[in-house]
Amino acid sequence: MIKTIVSEGLPVDEQLLIRKKIIKNGDSDKRICIVTGTHGDELEGQYVCFELIRRLNENLDFLDGTVEVYPALNPLGVDSVTRGIPTFDLDMNRIFPGDPNGHLIEHTAYEIIQDLKGADMVIDIHASNIFLREMPQARVNVKMSRKLIPYARMLNLDFIWIHDAATVLEATLAHTLNVLKTPTIVVEMGIGMRLTLEYGNRLVDGIFNLMKKMKMWSGPVANKISKPKLSATGEVFFMNAEVSGIIIPSVTHSVDVKKGDLLCQIVDPFEGKVLQNVLSPVDGLVFTMRTYPVVYEGSLIARIFSEKTINEETA
Amino acid sequence: MKQEIIFRMKSPYRDDFKVWGFRFGEGKKTLAIVGAMRGDEVQQQFTCSQVVKNLMELEDAGKLMPGHEILVIPSANHFSMNINKRFWAMDNTDINRMFPGYEKGETTQRIAAAIFEQVRDYKYGIQLASFYMPGEFIPHVRMMDTGYQNLKLAKNFGLPYVLVRKPRPYDTTVLNYNWQVFGTQAFSIYSGDTDIINKDSAKIAWLSIFRFMHNMKIIDHNMHPGTCSYVLKDDDLETILSNQSGILYSLRGAGDEIKTGDLLAKILDPFTGETRSSILSPVDGTIFFAHHQPLIHQNTVMFRIVRF
Ligand SMILES: [Zn+2]
Repeated sequence: MIKTIVSEGLPVDEQLLIRKKIIKNGDSDKRICIVTGTHGDELEGQYVCFELIRRLNENLDFLDGTVEVYPALNPLGVDSVTRGIPTFDLDMNRIFPGDPNGHLIEHTAYEIIQDLKGADMVIDIHASNIFLREMPQARVNVKMSRKLIPYARMLNLDFIWIHDAATVLEATLAHTLNVLKTPTIVVEMGIGMRLTLEYGNRLVDGIFNLMKKMKMWSGPVANKISKPKLSATGEVFFMNAEVSGIIIPSVTHSVDVKKGDLLCQIVDPFEGKVLQNVLSPVDGLVFTMRTYPVVYEGSLIARIFSEKTINEETA
Repeated sequence: MKQEIIFRMKSPYRDDFKVWGFRFGEGKKTLAIVGAMRGDEVQQQFTCSQVVKNLMELEDAGKLMPGHEILVIPSANHFSMNINKRFWAMDNTDINRMFPGYEKGETTQRIAAAIFEQVRDYKYGIQLASFYMPGEFIPHVRMMDTGYQNLKLAKNFGLPYVLVRKPRPYDTTVLNYNWQVFGTQAFSIYSGDTDIINKDSAKIAWLSIFRFMHNMKIIDHNMHPGTCSYVLKDDDLETILSNQSGILYSLRGAGDEIKTGDLLAKILDPFTGETRSSILSPVDGTIFFAHHQPLIHQNTVMFRIVRF
């Protein structure tokens, strides 16, 4: 069944519609929600929605509970290659929990929260942006980490990044739901404007694995589930461009590098000159790598996870 | 006046990106003024340019009070303004969501850090701000309710209204909030327009800044004292949301005095032109904000009214 949770008038002959697919079987009250499409240029979640529903449809008898899939929280954005909410120029993941008496967007955010509230688990799928490629990973606020990490481990990911609490992030969907005691895990994987089927299939395997542990799924699950590294056991290093230019990568993401390894060169095509050799500051795992070639000073190039901190190394 | 580069960055192919500061007077860091931070803030840029022009004239006339330094940064995002983009030309991030900035971080964090490094430690800070929704405002001063704000000071602009707003989570990364947290009395001036130049409302804004400077004894420039400001909280404003979508046929605008039952606007069917909704004022008051795009979504703020 497809249910419309928000319907608001656009100026000419169209409604802004936010819809979810409900798949229900058995007697259990358990409910898992898969949401994506908050950022209209992040599409990896589209394949996950398709593949999850396809597999469920084929084996519905094994399901005991409700799976709800929200493929496009920002339908105007997804359908128009726009990251934010078109015409409002707003990042949709900075407007939660919304306001029942507020304007269109705040009201929409409020309705989304009301609809998701109370689920046993929410998976909020993101796909980086158009510049950076991400290894399949969960992002967890340090304040919620104790509760969420055991679930994040079931999702067949490579990495769990526990990040600091920042006031500005309180306006995200995930934070809002977690505060309302609806456990929500943010998954980041792949890259904007593309589908990475391998990652999509892995996450779908992970979701079935999670449902099995939640006793909602008695069907087959993948027999190998990846054991993610935990950011708390090391340190995350950010590599930003020191000069503006064009990037020529030397490594892909998801690889282990040694301290001093060349990650990429920033070059000046006009002069045929190398402006900066970007070297890894540590031994570690490249879990984010820039693929978009043009950089300004400060543009993020890579994020590296090192299981040893620099202090330990020098000590 | 000393003109200096506050931040400079090479671009792969475009001309260098430079943020300029205009420094007047010498002495205590008294007042910093920041203009356009988004590429569509042309009105803010224009207003700031008029502030610089008038300050140069006052300086020549010897009317800057000794012992004060004034810094004006008219524009922090002309890389976007020059190509008709609102947010940062490369990655679409908003400089005014990056404060206090981080000099080793992403490009817009670096720009914010460079600006904040220059404008912090001033006693007063003024930002020429714009609103995220299209519409016209009564010119007013805004302060955030951070616990550090001093409303009496805000009245020295002599603008008709002072609006005090509770910060929301996303406000913690804007300039105004960080100014206040780091000890500057920070004000945002809303002159009413953004992507067009309205000479009249821009003049109201820059005159209010000169009035403030005169009242704070930063300049010697006698002028009309302005109006006695009415202090408002967000809750004091009556909000009218659109109950339909369609073509907006506006009849009243910002600054208009209205009575209960007055017809403020109609929402028309975009195919037949028939009236879908007549928007009547639920209160007596003055229109503080009016939506002014020709098309309107359902459940969008059409008017905000000061009740009297
Ligand atoms: Zn996202």
